[in-house]
Amino acid sequence: MAGKTLFDKVWDAHVVDTVPNGPQVLYIDKHLIHEVTSPQAFSELEERGIPVARPDQIVATADHNTPTVDQHLPVRDVLSRNQLKQLTENCEKHGITLYGLGHKYNGIVHVMAPELGITQPGMTMVCGDSHTSTHGAFGTIAFGIGTSQVAQVFASQCLLLTKPKSLRVTVTGKLKPNVLPKDVILYVISQIGTNAGTGYFCEYAGNVFEEMSMEGRMTVCNMSIEMGARGGMIAPDQTTFDYVKGREFAPEGAEWDKKLDYWKTLPTDADAVFDKEYTFDAADIEPMVTYGTNPGMGIKVTGRIPDKDDVNLEKALAYMNFKKGESLIDKPINYVFIGSCTNSRIEDFRIAANFVKGKQKAANVNAWLVPGSQQVAKQLVEEGLDKVFTEAGFALRQPGCSACLAMNDDKIPEGEYCVSTSNRNFEGRQGQGARTILASPLMAAATAVAGKITDITKQLN
Amino acid sequence: MEKFIKLTDTAVPLPIENIDTDQIIPARFLKSTDKQGFGDNVFRDWRYDHEGKENKDFVLNDDTYSGPILVAGDNFGCGSSREHAAWALAGYGFKVVISSFFADIFKGNALNNGILPIQVTPEYLKELLQTIKEKPDTKLTIDLENQILSSPAGELEFEIDPYKKVCMINGYDDIDFLISKKDKIEAFEQERSF
Repeated sequence: MAGKTLFDKVWDAHVVDTVPNGPQVLYIDKHLIHEVTSPQAFSELEERGIPVARPDQIVATADHNTPTVDQHLPVRDVLSRNQLKQLTENCEKHGITLYGLGHKYNGIVHVMAPELGITQPGMTMVCGDSHTSTHGAFGTIAFGIGTSQVAQVFASQCLLLTKPKSLRVTVTGKLKPNVLPKDVILYVISQIGTNAGTGYFCEYAGNVFEEMSMEGRMTVCNMSIEMGARGGMIAPDQTTFDYVKGREFAPEGAEWDKKLDYWKTLPTDADAVFDKEYTFDAADIEPMVTYGTNPGMGIKVTGRIPDKDDVNLEKALAYMNFKKGESLIDKPINYVFIGSCTNSRIEDFRIAANFVKGKQKAANVNAWLVPGSQQVAKQLVEEGLDKVFTEAGFALRQPGCSACLAMNDDKIPEGEYCVSTSNRNFEGRQGQGARTILASPLMAAATAVAGKITDITKQLN
Repeated sequence: MEKFIKLTDTAVPLPIENIDTDQIIPARFLKSTDKQGFGDNVFRDWRYDHEGKENKDFVLNDDTYSGPILVAGDNFGCGSSREHAAWALAGYGFKVVISSFFADIFKGNALNNGILPIQVTPEYLKELLQTIKEKPDTKLTIDLENQILSSPAGELEFEIDPYKKVCMINGYDDIDFLISKKDKIEAFEQERSF
């Protein structure tokens, strides 16, 4: 019999029951919730008179719909305020831990949970948010769910699911200088497309991922959903264990030793077979930018927009106001966003700070720097990065999802371009008529300084 | 959940690929805490311009086409997990979405809200879209019991998870089923070794 994949091992360990010719009942270890996709699930339970089965295994945060300035004041938007109030009330009523606005652990759900040690290898985790795939960086089965499923997990701590197929993306070789994890995943998606992973759970393998920090791995796994995969995983190793150890909710003592022994058994067996495999050479990857309206529409910053007859391409370029065959270098950019569950961790800000140090933000640029959590915000100050940004003409905002999905006031105006470290460049994603160019924190920082898209490879060499 | 057994009706063609859930329902409309009212804003930024004026070119504003069946381009429902997208489509009156490919999370959300996603071949989709365009009063029949889609583009047997089919036909949802597994779930919690 062929060996098991990392995904098989974690999945199989969580199967409670199998419906004949149907789905399986999968046990969920951790359920993360936030204000936008949970209220209807709580209502569903209340209408049926069902209690929350395992409140201790749920953690809540406020992130999607929160302001990134003046968080100490009442939220101005009435609907947003109401949504946050409902989250608070629901959590109080059902005995769920909530890290609300202003709490020292508050932050974007996919930044907050890993940094607190809530996310651990070998777990199953869900959240009503498609970027839950982020937690797969720890060798965790983590995926986004709809609100009906949020209610199912509330009611039973389980989900009914059909086991997805397996996909492996292997990247080996040596990355060029200044090619970041964001570039790696944007490159992969540009090569295989936005639905290559649909129906699959992805494992990222190869020395490129093995050598990445946990922050980098989270950036990669975060964008698994942008190629259609419900989740992406990376085998837990010493980097993972070192990251988890000592965090607020990480196991300790004998419990740690026991878990560690188990975690070490999780990596994919050498003889395991995947349903689909892609392999890439690290040397082919360069700093990336997107030119269109889905994350698969990406090119090397030094490249040109494809010149081909394709109605989807034409529709996207009409929205972006770009032309076939053109280069994006020197395109004036008035907005830069460094943040989101993809790139708002301390490492991302270190990279940006390192670049902007001693330079000045271009006068035309509005730069929004939004740390992923209160912990990241605190660390920025401790490391003196806040000063670096201030001296370079940047202002830091308060944690939240912010301009990634523009539910709050952080909206990019119509027609404006934004070089953004977030995960989606869909039409209107960052505001009605806003035009998003996805890139790494380094590209974003360089754009903010130049006021236009620059050839980062040239600048840094 | 409303039962779905058989449906014969006209369809609305939307031949755009990669329609993401941000298009189906933009994030700024996700502030509501109930499931009602999203239908008014389905495809909001394609239906209306920035002043709120109807975009006459968009199919939902074109009286030529109507019906509870949406026929859309490849990779429908990609992006965010927001179930609000399914609520918006259901709220507008759609009961079926036909495409050559569906994103995973959307597909699950649709089934959990009584919307039937039917995957057809790219060739079938192309022909169906063309037929509806030329003859807007074309009727399609969806027979869930026998898993048959009938249209002038042909009779096609579509796939659906057998468990989900039972749910759709009877109007069941997963919560009742999962709660019925309570003993097994508790036994699992007791027995797991890690």
